[in-house]
Formats: sequence, C-alpha cells, structure tokens
Amino acid sequence: MSAIISVQSLTKTYDGGFQALKSVSLDINEGEVFALLGPNGAGKTTLISTICGLVRPTSGTITVGGFDAIRNYREARKLIGLVPQEMPVSHFEKVIDMVSFSRGLFGMRSNPALVEEILKDLSLWDKHRAPIMALSGGMKRRLLVAKALAHEPKVLFLDEPTAGVDVELRRDMWRIVENLKNRGVTIILTTHYIEEAEEMADRVGVINKGEIILVEEKNELMRKLGRKELTLHLQTPISELPAGLEAHDLTIGDDGKSLTYSYDTKSERTGITALLNDLSKAGVRFHDLNTTQSSLEDIFVDLVKEKA
Amino acid sequence: MNFQAIKAIYLYEMARTGRTLMQSIISPVISTTLYFVVFGAAIGSRISEVDGVSYGAFIVPGLIMLSLMTQSLSNASFGIYFPKFTGTIYEILSAPVSYFEITVAFVGAAATKAVLVGTIIFVTATFFVPIEVQHPAWMVAFFLLTAMTFALLGFIIGIWADTFEKLQFVPLLIVTPLAFLGGSFYSISMLPEIWQKVTLANPVVYLISGFRWSFYGKADVSLALSLSMTLLFLVICLAIIRWIFKTGYKLKA
Repeated sequence: MSAIISVQSLTKTYDGGFQALKSVSLDINEGEVFALLGPNGAGKTTLISTICGLVRPTSGTITVGGFDAIRNYREARKLIGLVPQEMPVSHFEKVIDMVSFSRGLFGMRSNPALVEEILKDLSLWDKHRAPIMALSGGMKRRLLVAKALAHEPKVLFLDEPTAGVDVELRRDMWRIVENLKNRGVTIILTTHYIEEAEEMADRVGVINKGEIILVEEKNELMRKLGRKELTLHLQTPISELPAGLEAHDLTIGDDGKSLTYSYDTKSERTGITALLNDLSKAGVRFHDLNTTQSSLEDIFVDLVKEKA
Repeated sequence: MNFQAIKAIYLYEMARTGRTLMQSIISPVISTTLYFVVFGAAIGSRISEVDGVSYGAFIVPGLIMLSLMTQSLSNASFGIYFPKFTGTIYEILSAPVSYFEITVAFVGAAATKAVLVGTIIFVTATFFVPIEVQHPAWMVAFFLLTAMTFALLGFIIGIWADTFEKLQFVPLLIVTPLAFLGGSFYSISMLPEIWQKVTLANPVVYLISGFRWSFYGKADVSLALSLSMTLLFLVICLAIIRWIFKTGYKLKA
C-alpha cells in the first residue's frame, strides 16, 4: 500500500510557546481507516488542522497524494475533506445550498445529482430545502460530513466525529465510515472513545503530549499487547489456594467463588493445559469458565501511563 | 484561479443581502431620504447656494458617498467577521483558495451591495432635487474606487475584530465622524481658515471633493489630488491585507 498522506518531522509551537507537536512523522496508507487516539490536549486536532491548512507548521513537511501541503496547497487540499470537531454551521442557509457552496469552494463545477446522492446517503435529503437551524444536532453533524464530501475528496478527516452524540448516532457514523471505506476513501479519525477505534480502524496511532508514541495494525496491537484472563467459577467457594496450584498465577475473586488466571496470548505456551491438569489433581471443580481479552482501552491507558 | 470558489463565496454573500433586504437595502434608502427631507427641503431652502449649486443638490454627492462608504465598510466587515465568529471559516481556510481569491470574493460582494445602495440613493435623489452630472466617467470611477477601498478597509476591520464591539467601534467612532466632517454637507471653504487646514488631514475630504467635482465641476481640492489620495488609500488597504494573509494574522495559528 502506498502512503496518501506523509508527515515528516512536523512540529508546531504556538505563539504562546506551547509545543503542540514534537517532530511527528506519520504515513497514512491509501484506503485505510486510521484512528488517532490520545487524551485531551494530546495534539490530535493540531495535527489534523496542520495537515488541512488551518494551522501553520513550525517546521517539517506534509505531502498529500504527493503534493506538498504548502507549496502545492491547491492540489493537496482538493484531495482532503475535513469534518471539524465543533459544529460550525451557518443558520439561515438551506442545507442543499451549503453543500453546493462547499463544492464550489473546492473549485468544482456544480453537480446537483451528486449533491442529491450525498444527501440521500446521509439521510438528509428529506431536509434539503430546510434552513440549517431547523436541523437536530445529529443532522448538523451529518451535514458537516456531506459538506466535506461535496468535492469528492480521497481523504476524509473526522475530528472526534462522535464526541457528545448518542449511541444511535454513533452507530450511524460508524455505518457511514464503513460505506466510505468500501468506496475507497481514506479515513483518518480522531477519538478518545477507544470503542470507536476498535470498531472502525484498520490501524491505530496513539498520540500523547505532541508525540506519536505508537502506530500499529489494530489487530496486531490487540494481539501483541492483549492479555487474556481465564475466569473459573467454582462449585464450592475456597478461602485459599489448594496445594499444588501455587506455581500458577491465580487470584481468588468473588468471595472465593472464582479463580482468575491471566496469561499472555502472544506467548507460545499459555499454561492453560497445565493449569487445568493441576486443578483436577487438586480436586477443584468448577461449573463454568470464561475468557476475556483486554480491550484497546486497557492497552491505551497502559501506554499513556507508561510514557507519562 | 479558483473561479468556482470566488463565485461560491460571492453568491453566498449576495444571498445574505437577499435574506436581509430590509437591513441591507431599504434602511439606507430610508435614512438617506430623511437627510434629503431635513437638509435638502426643510433646512436647505433657507440656505443660499454653495459654489453656485442649490444646497439640496450640493449635498447629493456627499450623501451618496456617505452611504457608499458606510455600506461597503459594514458589509465587508460583517461578511468576514461572521464566519470567524461562528467558526465556519474553517472551510474557507482549508479549501484550495488563494488569499487573493478570498479577498476578491468578499470585497467584491460588499462593494457590489454598496454600489447597489448608492445607485438607488442616486435615483431617489433625482426625485427631490435637480441633479446634473458633468463628468459621468469620473463619477463612475470615484464611485467604484470608493466602494472598493472601503470594502477593503471593512475586510481588514472584520479580520481584526474579535468581538462585536470592536466590529462596531471603527465604523462608528472613526469612519462616521470622518465622513461627516469630510464635507458631505458643506464645502470646506465654509470653514474657518484654521479648520480648512486641519480638514485636509481627513482622507474622506478628497473622496467627496472628487466625487462632487464629477457632478458640478466644483471641488475643494484639485482632481489630481483627489484621485491620487483615493488611490493611495486603496494601495494602503491592499498592502495591509497582503500582510494579514502572509502572516495569518487572526486567521491562522
């Protein structure tokens, strides 16, 4: 896969002296969904804004589709659609007019059929003649997506697309991202909902204090860093570990009604067979068992804590 | 050149005028008509001719200039301030649009509206007083130059302002007094000698004098001086805008 966006040693120091980005280098592959994770103030929005031309980089280079984002800003920006984090919309204009406006702004001739299609895809067509102030919060969010798509960009930036929206709308947004990805649009989203990255992303990047601390395939990341826990629900509660089980990393939980064994999925030997053998030797009987894998959230919290 | 973008912004701004017809077009016409009634008919009938022109007719160029200046200024400043205020400016700043194109679109729309209002006032004036235009080409030139210059100035104010108060401050406390004291309602020869000199520091004097000359062939200062001062003013505004976009002043962090 080739990189559609390439960021090299990008730094941004704001006028006040705050360094929001510290030599960030990052490649985004064409056609992927990339989730940029990080706590508030980590530099997610600054990074996106710099790529999109809203913030001037202090040093470093950005290329979009091979075009330098500053020297060839016209070509570079044409490839990008941006859905900002806030919901800045005008109030009195009609929905369809604002989507057409966005298209014009990016230098494209008007194309009513395409605008209609975009609005239908985003379930906004019923409201296309309505003034924007008549839209609900969720509709406004979708309108911003429609505006960002109006010039048929190859890359779509979604800055916290689901911040402060209800569950239904969040699922809605996931479906929209899925559709766009299927059409070959590269998507970069920032979020601090890990669930979202887990659901949508192909790759995950973690940014903290202006530095990219990790970029990894999501599945790989989960596999590599993921720890699994095996929980055994016991038939008879125990107060201490029976003899012969000391060698295993077991913890008693749930008032002695359960035993938890945690293991690393990446290791060749998980020790489960040995554990089960020893359990039956020790005469521990259980009526149920389940395993849980640590979520991206746990991984993320660990990472940010570690580097802090 | 991204002509589609210029068109999009220009039409968006013009559509705003359409929605606010009352505020954009009708109210300046009404207020100017009131000036005619008060100064032209009521008071003007008791004032003798100025430079051989009846007072009512004398104030027409000044009145047109007055609304041309305030209109282009307020339209342009509001036009760029509002997207900054609501945040919608992100889209313009992230679009493949050059600074030149952004300025042309916003300033062009503001100047168009001001020219529209100015023309309506001109037509309205013909109902009240006899008007002659001795140099129509010069009249149009001053008309357009002034609309453009003040739209540029308004654009600068709109970018500079970060509160509604600041947005109102410059037009209300600087431009309106300068316009009133710039000879809209009098010839500067009517002033005491010392004030005639002080008045020459007011750039608006040159605009109104040149514009009035194109009507009645009478001016407070020479045509060449009027024209060069107007152009100087225009160039200064362009230079400031160039600097704004080069540094990203108040637009980009």
